[in-house]
Amino acid sequence: MSQTGSLMGFVHRRRRGAELFLLVLALAVGIGAYAAVGLGVEGAVPTDLVGYGGWLTGLIVAAHVTVRIVAPYADPVLLPLVAALNGLGLAVIHRLDLTYEALGEDQHTFARQQLTWMTLGVVLFIGALFLLRDHRVLQRFTYTAGLIGILLLVLPFLPVIGNKINGARIWINVAGFSFQPGEVAKVMLVIAFSGYLVLHRDALALAGRRVVFVDLPRGRDLGPIMAMFGVSMMILVLQNDLGSSLLFFGLFLAMLYVSTERAGWLVVGGLLFGAGALAAYTFVGNVQNRFDIWLHPMDYYPGVSYQPVEALFGMGWGGLIGRGLGNGFPERVPFAYSDFILATIGEELGLTAVMAIIVCYGLIVERALRIALISRDGFGKLLAVGLGSIVALQVFVVIGGVTGLIPLTGLTTPFLSYGGSSLVANWVIIALLLRISDQARRPAPRLEPADDASDDSETTQVVKLR
Amino acid sequence: MSELTLFLIRAAFLAILWIFVLSAISVIRSDMFGARVPETARGAAPVPERRKSAKANKKPRRGAPTHLLVVEGENPGTRAELTDAPLLIGRGSDAAIKLDDDYVSTRHARIAASGDDWFVEDLGSTNGTYVGPVRITQPTTIGLGVQVRVGKTILELRK
Repeated sequence: MSQTGSLMGFVHRRRRGAELFLLVLALAVGIGAYAAVGLGVEGAVPTDLVGYGGWLTGLIVAAHVTVRIVAPYADPVLLPLVAALNGLGLAVIHRLDLTYEALGEDQHTFARQQLTWMTLGVVLFIGALFLLRDHRVLQRFTYTAGLIGILLLVLPFLPVIGNKINGARIWINVAGFSFQPGEVAKVMLVIAFSGYLVLHRDALALAGRRVVFVDLPRGRDLGPIMAMFGVSMMILVLQNDLGSSLLFFGLFLAMLYVSTERAGWLVVGGLLFGAGALAAYTFVGNVQNRFDIWLHPMDYYPGVSYQPVEALFGMGWGGLIGRGLGNGFPERVPFAYSDFILATIGEELGLTAVMAIIVCYGLIVERALRIALISRDGFGKLLAVGLGSIVALQVFVVIGGVTGLIPLTGLTTPFLSYGGSSLVANWVIIALLLRISDQARRPAPRLEPADDASDDSETTQVVKLR
Repeated sequence: MSELTLFLIRAAFLAILWIFVLSAISVIRSDMFGARVPETARGAAPVPERRKSAKANKKPRRGAPTHLLVVEGENPGTRAELTDAPLLIGRGSDAAIKLDDDYVSTRHARIAASGDDWFVEDLGSTNGTYVGPVRITQPTTIGLGVQVRVGKTILELRK
């Protein structure tokens, strides 16, 4: 694998110029959306457009310059995609703020808070790229990361800092800020899974027996998968959070499948999850409600299914090209700024924009898998696959839920919807992906014969790494 | 704000969004195969970009030798590219030019560059290395077409 690049006869280019070009377009999307919101809602270009645009540009330029300095070979497309999604999300949240303000609601500064969180996210992105010069260092912290991940998941149950908002016990309160530790936990768990699986993949892949075209794993190897199943069921039952439970278990299953190349794990995992979901459906009232609302949304309108049905009305009214920013009624949908931001976009910018956004997410996932393909070490491969699957699963669960494809679960749309913890964690995910891609795309180190003058060079070859 | 203006704004924004998405896809497309390695470097590991400036003087000039050729002996016609320098000559399997000549040592001699000049150096062989009629005792400059004899084999730099 290490010779993939050279065998095919090419070296990767740096492509920083292409990244800059795409970033300019991404900024045009973000700032253009902000201006369009002002024109649509107030009939004039917002007065703070220069200040807002300048701040956004500053953040993006800082991120770009950092990539130029510390990760010159990194993937050129990831950062612009993220910048465009984040900018568009900010503008849509700002548009909802304006309406909430006009309606006289208490909270109408979501966009400002989101911009603060984005600033923090970019700072962490820069910090991660500067501090972490080689992703393989993370492999040392396999079990530490796993422990931290589990601890973070347990934090919301602690008496003082734990906090329950909207029925889901996934928040902690620290110094006046509420934070979802689960968002950080998923990054930690990806690191732990990668470190564990890269060491134990052979045992998991080779032992076992073949039953009707499917390689079933050995009974004693089921330990980790059962443990992870237990953790995700615990999240489902105790935290009442269907989305996170699906995300964690799906993530583990995807990484297990990729590392062992055996479909048997998918069969086992799928059966386990099916059984778990059935049990949850039978015993947890909330899950049963979600299923009923999903199957027969109109029967419960305007009752418990008010939110998803209003979202469907909005998207239907938006049609192909939408009502235009500021000309719809997205505020009718509760939580239009967070979980249901895609419904807002569907109503005001139409199917055209929703498709563009889904393509953007698809490209992010494609780049993650591409990075995994060209990465030279097993840990980097698994890490990239895991980070890509987080984005893929999360987007599928949220967009599927909002559009009525699958039962609705509460998760944030990465980079788009309001939510500080999610935004910060996702910026760090992108930093990790860029770090792995920088290592992977950098030309392979050449075997350097030592200096001509020394006699030692006859017997020893010195490998130059940098 | 008239209906038409709002429509134009919406259309323009959607256009920008899709131009961005399509540009991203086109960057991905052009990135698919990276930069081509020049033909002469094929078969060798790709030369990292930032090393090129340091070794710029090694780029083949007009009239500079490009390969080492066996002109006489057991394996006539065997050649090695100078881009892979330093080149080892001998009977050993790690030699760049592997000779089946009984009078050649396992690690017999070496061809290396210093600046624009090429040197041949004897590596303590049993039967010695000759440039022209002279057995060499220290690294010796060789030019195009100068015959280097190791055992019963004669090698030359060619362009």
